Amino acid sequence: MSELTLVALRLGFVLALWIFVIVVVLVLRNDLFGTTVVTRSSRDPRRDQRPAAGPPGGAAAPAGADSGSARTDPEVTATAMVVTAGPLRGTSLTLGSTPILIGRAPECTLVLDDDYASNRHARVFQREGEWMVEDLGSTNGTLLSGRRIDGAVPFRPGAQVRIGRTEIELRRGPR
Amino acid sequence: MATIVSYTARPRRLTQALLLAFAVVIGVGAYALVGLGRFDEVPADLMQVGVGSAVLAAALQVVVMWRTPYADPVILPLVVLLNLLGIAMIKSVHAANEIYGLRTSASADRQMLWGIVGVVLCLVVLVLLRDHRRLRRYTWISAVVGGVLLLLPLVPVIGDSRNGSRIWINIAGNSFQPAELAKIAFAIFFAGYLVSRRDTLALAGPKVLGIHLPRWSDFGPILVAWGFAMAVLVFETDLGTSLMFFGLFVAMLYVATDRLSWLVIGAVMFLPPAVFAATQMSHVRTRLTCWLDPLSSDNYSSCEQINQGLFGLANGGITGAGLGEGRPDVVPHAESDFIFTSFAEELGMVGAFALLLLYLLLVQRAIRAAVGISDGFGTLLAGGLGFTLALQVFVVVGGVTRVIPLTGLTLPFLAAGGSSLVCNWIIVGILVRLSDAARRPAARQVEGLDAPAAPRPAPEVVS
Repeated sequence: MSELTLVALRLGFVLALWIFVIVVVLVLRNDLFGTTVVTRSSRDPRRDQRPAAGPPGGAAAPAGADSGSARTDPEVTATAMVVTAGPLRGTSLTLGSTPILIGRAPECTLVLDDDYASNRHARVFQREGEWMVEDLGSTNGTLLSGRRIDGAVPFRPGAQVRIGRTEIELRRGPR
Repeated sequence: MATIVSYTARPRRLTQALLLAFAVVIGVGAYALVGLGRFDEVPADLMQVGVGSAVLAAALQVVVMWRTPYADPVILPLVVLLNLLGIAMIKSVHAANEIYGLRTSASADRQMLWGIVGVVLCLVVLVLLRDHRRLRRYTWISAVVGGVLLLLPLVPVIGDSRNGSRIWINIAGNSFQPAELAKIAFAIFFAGYLVSRRDTLALAGPKVLGIHLPRWSDFGPILVAWGFAMAVLVFETDLGTSLMFFGLFVAMLYVATDRLSWLVIGAVMFLPPAVFAATQMSHVRTRLTCWLDPLSSDNYSSCEQINQGLFGLANGGITGAGLGEGRPDVVPHAESDFIFTSFAEELGMVGAFALLLLYLLLVQRAIRAAVGISDGFGTLLAGGLGFTLALQVFVVVGGVTRVIPLTGLTLPFLAAGGSSLVCNWIIVGILVRLSDAARRPAARQVEGLDAPAAPRPAPEVVS
């Protein structure tokens, strides 16, 4: 094999190594995930890229409907549970058919780092197409719109549930 | 009012497959170039190496698609590439030793064998470990296992001492560094312990000079970790292992509590043993002199290894001598401790920086998984494992380039050595599992899992 071919191969190898690094960086650049909190006034340029999350039931909800009229409708399916206050502010969970357990225990779906929350504090689940929130016998209680709840009560989009320092809300559809 | 926008991670399994194929092509290309450079011919076993790597990469891809469909797409390609490059360089050093006969070095075949064992163990981790939160049950068992493994080299019959450090065990002719396995056990223990204690560690205690000091009663665990690190230092006389364990503990404390004071306290606590080692242990003192002044006529011969490494770096220059064209064999341990200078010699600064970037990306993915994961245990485990990788790279590359004194750690995935390679592959298996948990959309997190993750049957519904 001639010297020239060998030099070309060597340069090609180092080039390939760098191309690999650059490709990995490009993959990571397109691979953002997680949640961000933006103020409502600012437009989010990445909004259009966001994939439609959630089960098909959520997509079937009137996507273009005005939120004012839809808020009073109990039939509408919520598709995401978001944390609006507390240390986990900004966290969002996609709702499926499985119940969501909230508390300090590591096996919970939403693990709270909050001294005022119990290990297994509350549960959010679906019953007959409606989302319910249930207090699991917590020490400090679960507040729905400021009132302490007892057992399972309906959890409508827009209503706020307070657990310790954490507030959660249901949201319709990915917005 | 704030709006919350959530971006769901895409699985990107096709991206991972393409990157894996690319990594295998580059790695096997390196192996071929080493043969061309040393013997002017394509190595005879190139076909086996190529097919073997492709099969293992395909197995990794299939198991990841099966078990961890949301796992990070770049972790495995990065690791496969690093492992294959390491094999190529070990081959290069071995071939140079065969030609020039200066010394003997580990053969690439052995490293390939360990690589296969490592990949298989990584697959086993992916198949058996279906939820990382299960590891939390073994918090205290891990502590005991880690402690026993760490002190195993002190046992008279199986313990083995090399180059002044007693960190090896010898069983039936096979030597093993149990500290590598202990690293995983301790990462699990620290994560499980700190996740339940972090509130008291972070919040209680007085504030002095803007630094939040912990309570005296909270000092217990850090003193125990410190004591263990000291025991390793004094009885096994290995500064590197001792530094790695104590550094891992302090870094995880910092991740758990978000208190800078722990980093300051940790650094201050490691000073006395470092001074002790530098003044009392002859081989540490030699390394210190070699760090400060290796090229003077007094020290030249005692610092031969680091000097030859530096000459290797110089010989490489910007673009390198070319794979299989350098003389890494003049450096003692060129295939293990000094493999970074071998790379810098044959690939040059351009290639060496590419290698460092590969490590940087790997560590970044571990930390990203730590940030994305929803439970504290997973955050600490991913952060701790990522940190050990970063610390090892810093200590080894810093050591051979005279940024810090040379200590005996191994460069993950590159350096010749079975225990390090196998254990790092296990770490990769855990990291892939953790990254899957971090990226999986929440509603689907329960799918395919049993007891610990799935919500327990609801207590009697009151209404």
